[in-house]
Amino acid sequence: MTGNMPGDPRRTADHLLGPAGPELGCDECFEMLGAYVELELAGAPADAQMPLMRAHLAGCSACRDDHDSLLALLLADPGEPA
Amino acid sequence: MPIAVLALASESRLAGTVTTEPPGAGNGAGIAGLPGTVPQSWVARLSCAGAGRDAAVAELHDLLLRAARFEIRRRRRAFPQLGGADLDDLAWQSADDALMSILRRLGDFRGDSQFTTWARKFAIVEAGAKVRRHAWRRREIPLTTALWPTVADDAPGPHQHAEAQDLLGALREEVGRLTARQRQVFVAVALNDVPIDVLAERLNTTRGALYKTLHDARHKLRAALAARGLGIEGGWR
Repeated sequence: MTGNMPGDPRRTADHLLGPAGPELGCDECFEMLGAYVELELAGAPADAQMPLMRAHLAGCSACRDDHDSLLALLLADPGEPA
Repeated sequence: MPIAVLALASESRLAGTVTTEPPGAGNGAGIAGLPGTVPQSWVARLSCAGAGRDAAVAELHDLLLRAARFEIRRRRRAFPQLGGADLDDLAWQSADDALMSILRRLGDFRGDSQFTTWARKFAIVEAGAKVRRHAWRRREIPLTTALWPTVADDAPGPHQHAEAQDLLGALREEVGRLTARQRQVFVAVALNDVPIDVLAERLNTTRGALYKTLHDARHKLRAALAARGLGIEGGWR
């Protein structure tokens, strides 16, 4: 059981209520994750090209974990040349 | 690729009973119909017959196993109770399951990322889900509001602390007005940080379906709190 919520109401609202606007679902996030992470690694405007992805990552901790791990993996081992 | 937002996503796309597939696993189109612009090396090798395919499958499995081990090493820090040979078993299971998903969904690869990136995300998702399920396998999942969180003492000031208390109090009332399913999902995932794929397995549904339920619950709660004048709608972002 989570005992405490942050004392800052803004953080509490963000944590509990997630993104305020539209967002992707988990399925769409999964489909687009590879391209999104590669854009980030290339320094390209990933959020501008996939504007609903960031909102989903803010609201879904499991997809955020997957994103962070894929990003870290590609940083450690980029894989095949483009 | 069409981009569907949650508010517009069809129920059929998100509904289902599969619990061991990564998100999006229901969209496989088989290996027929590959567009001509897709890089073909991996896809071609995996689609041919004979020894060439066997070698490609083995190479891909090795790539997936390394990705799964990477993910499990990362997650292990968050779950110190995990240990022993179970961890490498989880990595092998993750690589095996990811390989099966990839071979089944080879036709979905459109070349908008490197093939190795596309493939390794399956291993990351499989391994992450397996670690979370392993870590939660003997833990009870809270689905009711019998216990309710309090506001921590880390508020920037007394005004913010009171505001957070008001928010939690109002939220508790509004959570009671959600549907039973929305309440379960909100209490477990948002309030108690139960991983959504762990809850999906317990409730025999999919991560995507549960997130849709959570999204609807959050939307309803935002609207209700805004109607109370708590300034949620866009004011706290």
